[in-house]
Order: sequence, then structure tokens, then C-alpha cells
Amino acid sequence: MALKEFTKGFVKENPVFVMALGLCPTLAVTSSVNNAVGMGLAATFVLMCSNLLVSLVKDVIPSKIRIPSFIVIIASFVTIVDLSMSAFLPALHKSLGLFIPLIVVNCIILGRAEAFASKNNPLNSVLDGLGMGLGFTMALMIIASIREILGAGQFFGMQVLPTSYRPMLVAILAPGAFIVMGLLMGLMNIAKNKKK
Amino acid sequence: MELVGRIFALAVAAIFVQNFVLSRFLGLCPYIGVSKKLDSAIGMGMAVVFVMTMASTITWMIQYFLLKPLHIEFLQTIAFILTIASLVQLVEMVIQKTAPALYKSLGVFLPLITTNCAVLGVSILNINEQLTFFGAILNGLFGGLGFTLVLILMAGIRERLEKADIPQAMRGMPIAMIVAGSMAMAFLGFSGMSL
Repeated sequence: MALKEFTKGFVKENPVFVMALGLCPTLAVTSSVNNAVGMGLAATFVLMCSNLLVSLVKDVIPSKIRIPSFIVIIASFVTIVDLSMSAFLPALHKSLGLFIPLIVVNCIILGRAEAFASKNNPLNSVLDGLGMGLGFTMALMIIASIREILGAGQFFGMQVLPTSYRPMLVAILAPGAFIVMGLLMGLMNIAKNKKK
Repeated sequence: MELVGRIFALAVAAIFVQNFVLSRFLGLCPYIGVSKKLDSAIGMGMAVVFVMTMASTITWMIQYFLLKPLHIEFLQTIAFILTIASLVQLVEMVIQKTAPALYKSLGVFLPLITTNCAVLGVSILNINEQLTFFGAILNGLFGGLGFTLVLILMAGIRERLEKADIPQAMRGMPIAMIVAGSMAMAFLGFSGMSL
């Protein structure tokens, strides 16, 4: 039972590919795998912590002010991530830049708090947050791998394609993000239709 | 005259060169979600212009008159998102009371704007780029106009796509993404401009 809450975020309810949530960071930080992993783990941490806290306080908060309260909870954890990252991983913090504070408005996090954590017990909520977060990280890594390999011939900053390969620069620029995402969504649809 | 020139430079930069949607990746959810019909795209665009301008003004004042003197800049994220959420609520109530006709066309979009990352994004960018008070207001205004421009263009394209013969798997979101990619490519052409 609990295991199901954990694994559903990977494929069946993958926040990026299936539910199309949190598109802004997905497209913005996937120009390199390094950034994608950093963003994914930061969001996973915030998701787990906010899901835990929301499910602990769900009976105390009147339902009328629950959304503002959730936002404050999420914003506090985002501030924690923001400050610790700038202290311990300054290079990553700099390259993610604006998108660290913007985790606050990532619809995945508020969505899980509202749809899951406010109705379930703390253990399941943490597992749900962890699963969704890892599903998000995985999706970011897939997109980032395609873009980094095509656009720079590199993976995690290491050269993987022969140096004679002329990088498709467009893949790491803004248009590449949209096009790779569109094609991946199309592939997901084909896979879904085949299953039926 | 010089002032007009600077305002123009700021406008071109915010609308074309650093377009919020296509080059900064902010506000993608409404860009994909509310661009199916031209009418709703225009409504959403107007609402975003309004809220982005207001939010830029108020968050700038909060940063420099409240957070900075008290040395609590680390509360920026929390303070800004709460400001924006209450601002959106306030705007909604004011419009509902004073301009029912406007409320009818904008009403449904206003609650969605709280989670539009372009609004929080422009507020934080204004601070990060150390813009002046008027620079911040104009950045919000022009950023919102840039958002509206691409939203309306996108809605126009998608209304036509309805009738196009697209492979089954690519209908809806996937083709919208590809269209966005082509638009981003066109907007990339502006990036060489330096003003």
C-alpha cells in the first residue's frame, strides 16, 4: 500500500510527462544534466518536507485559509533550500538562479499538498512527496540528457560524443527545450495508445 | 528625449529580446493552458499585465522600505509570494465592486495568476537587477505586454491548428510545444539586438 504511494510518481502519475505540471523549471533548467539533478533534488526536498508538515497540521488549519497556509509552509522550505544551496553549492545556486525561489510557485508542490497531503497520513504523504519528487527529477534528467548530448556533445559535463561532432546549439537554447518536450510528450502519447 | 529613448530600450528588451515566456521560461502554464481560444487569451493577458505592474510596484517598495531597513532580506521569497497572493485577492475584490463588466471577462483568470511564475519572477528579477523604482514598474508593465503578445499569437495559431491534419499522438499539448519552439526560434532573432 505504502509502496504504491511511493512508486506512482515514477511513471503512472509522472508529474511532468503525464500531468504536465511544473513546466517552467522543467524547460528552464534542463540545458545541462547537472542543473537538472540539482533542481530535481531541491524540489524533492521541498516536496517531502511540505507534504509532511501539511499532513501534520491539516486538522488544525481551517479549510478557508488552507491555500495561503500551504504557500507559507512551502515558501519557508524553499527559503531553507535557497540559503543552504547558496552556502554549500554556490556554483549550482548561481546557475539555477531565479528558479530556486520560483520553486514556491511550482504547481507540483502546491498540487500535492492540496490533492494528497491534506487528506492523508504523514507517512504516506512523505512517500508521495519523495516519489513525485524523484519522478520529477527523472523527467528533468531525461530531457536534460537529450538536450546536453545533442547540444553540447556532453553528459554531466563529460565529452561523450567524438569531438568531430558539431553540436546542435539550438538544443540547449530556448527553442530546443520546447521542441524536445513536445516530441517526448508525443512519444508518451504513442506509448499510451499502444497499451490500450 | 533621452528618457524616452531609455524607456523604449527597456520596452524592446522586456517584450522581444528577453521575452518572459520564450526566453526566460516564465509563465508557461497559462501560456500553454489558456491559449486555446483567442478571447480567453486576451482576457488572461490583460489580467497578467495589470497584476505584473502592480506586483512590481509593491514588491519593490516592500524590498527597499521594509526588508532592507530591517535586514531581513532572507524573508524575500515568503514576503513576495504572500504580497502577490493578497494583491491578487484585493484586485479581484476591487474589480468586482467597481467594474462588474471587466470582472466578468477577467474574473476567472485572476485566481490563476497567483501561481503564475512570471509575477513572482518579475518581482525577484527587479530586485536582482537592481532596477530603480520606475524601472521596476516599467519592467513589470512591458514584461506583461510581452507575455500578452506571445499568448495572443499562440492562441491565433492554435485556433488554426484545430482544423489542421496533425498525427493523433501530437494533438493538443505536444504540437503546442513544437509551435512554442518555432516561436522561440523566431524570437531568438531579437537576441542580437543591443540597445
